[in-house]
Amino acid sequence: MRWLVLLLLAALFVLRYDFWWWAEPRLVFGLPIGLTYHIAFCFAVTGVMSLVVRFAWPLDDAAETEPEKEDGVRS
Amino acid sequence: MTLAIVIAYLAAVLVVGLASQRFARGSGGEDFFVASRSIGAFVLLMTLFGTHMTSFALLGASGEAYRVGVGVYSLMASSSAILAPLLFLFVGTRVWQLGRRFGYVTQVQYVRDRWGADVPGLFLFVILVLLMIPYLLIGVMGGGLTLTQITDGAVPGWVGSLMIATVVLSYVSFGGLRGTAWVNTFQTSLFMVLGGLTAVVIIRSLGGVGIAVERLQTEAPELLIRGDRVSEIRMLSYTLIPASVGMFPHIFMHWLSARSAQTFRAPVIFYPLCIAAVWIPSVLLGLFGNLDFPGLEGPAANSVLVRMIALHAPEALAGLLGAGVFAAIMSSLDSQSLSLGTMFAHDVVGHYRLGGDLGEERRVRIGRIFVVLIIGVTFALSLVTSRSIFGLAVWSFTGYSALLPVLLAGLFWKRSTAAGVLAAEVVVVVLWLYFFLDAGGRPDYSVGGTGVMPVVVLFAASSLAVVLGSLMTRAPETDRLERFFGRQT
Repeated sequence: MRWLVLLLLAALFVLRYDFWWWAEPRLVFGLPIGLTYHIAFCFAVTGVMSLVVRFAWPLDDAAETEPEKEDGVRS
Repeated sequence: MTLAIVIAYLAAVLVVGLASQRFARGSGGEDFFVASRSIGAFVLLMTLFGTHMTSFALLGASGEAYRVGVGVYSLMASSSAILAPLLFLFVGTRVWQLGRRFGYVTQVQYVRDRWGADVPGLFLFVILVLLMIPYLLIGVMGGGLTLTQITDGAVPGWVGSLMIATVVLSYVSFGGLRGTAWVNTFQTSLFMVLGGLTAVVIIRSLGGVGIAVERLQTEAPELLIRGDRVSEIRMLSYTLIPASVGMFPHIFMHWLSARSAQTFRAPVIFYPLCIAAVWIPSVLLGLFGNLDFPGLEGPAANSVLVRMIALHAPEALAGLLGAGVFAAIMSSLDSQSLSLGTMFAHDVVGHYRLGGDLGEERRVRIGRIFVVLIIGVTFALSLVTSRSIFGLAVWSFTGYSALLPVLLAGLFWKRSTAAGVLAAEVVVVVLWLYFFLDAGGRPDYSVGGTGVMPVVVLFAASSLAVVLGSLMTRAPETDRLERFFGRQT
């Protein structure tokens, strides 16, 4: 599942580059298709990201660490 | 009326900033600089978004849509919609983890510690500060210009700049990162709501989206497609511009303030929707501005939103839009000035022990003094700087994006060395200066006229420099690697 989700993420980068609508004047939902597509793209990113945080979370939960140093900030 | 609404808004901002201190956990540096690493998911989402989005998302985006058409959304908004959450997830969470483990509050501390060398850290400090100066100036000057426009010239630009500078200085120097995060949450919610409200009122006055688009199909159909106005190669290379999010000192500082790594889930998931919520109204209003105000040239195009409001909406909405623009500006300016103050206090005064060993309270005091100085100097510079500074924004982003390979090497490549990092920094400075001078202020500049933006060359060269510089020098010691990557086999 992890690899499938990461593959979806990679696919989004390809899908963003929608050269096939470049000079297409058609309207979809009352807006130019080049705009409607990219609004839908933002929703698609949200959908894929919600899968990524579930199935491809980058950190090991056990690695949410205790501070190595004492309270305060380092210099 | 307009001015009264803006002043009332600024007073509300001050109240929120000061009220946040009721929730402070002690008066130490940890609370002032990183809010005791206690910021929750919703505030982190709002403060990251507000910090990232400047007044450009309202005024600049509508101006660009007016000039370029619908292609602006695909060029600028959807590239940020995918790259920013990706960086939060794969870079931000790791940065947070290291910050919590080792107590970092700045990028320079991480660079010095990760590679055990002072010079790359110091050089990085200088580059980060220099790239930030135009960014700060754009905010302060943008506030002044907006107030002048919405009051029809009744209020001079310097008054608006002074108002913004004074309010930001008050809540940042008093409340530190906690005050900044709270105010940003308030301001970001406000400019998202006001942007939408403005769009609804104006579009209804135009007869609805359908009628406005139909008119555009007749009067300016070229704005409804990308065509030649956004070249394919430009769109491809623009993808790297939002990579700057990964190296902005102010974003880094907010990452460190998160309560836990899980806190990043909300920003990662909902960031693209926040971008859509702000950019859709801005782009539509910019497009429809061509119906009422055709032929605006140069900087005048950026005033199209203000002109649309003056024509279609009541005066109160102009005041609210002014408040919205101020919100967008201040939610970036506060974090930027605080991050610079934090860097001066830790990376220079604290690191080199100027004035002896610093206790927590003294460090906070020095941080406050630097915030006051930075905002004061920015305001003074805004009085003598020309409007051409607005063209520098993309160059600032280019520089930050080109430095991202340094951070990526630190987090993901064990073999990277201090020499590699220094090589990348030098390459970024040299190439940035070369392209900047070669561009000569042309907004549509590309490498050799190919359409490729300089950020692509800088990013590639910086990555190559890290790799070659590291491979040509001795591998890092095992104990240092074990500190950052766990046991080495």
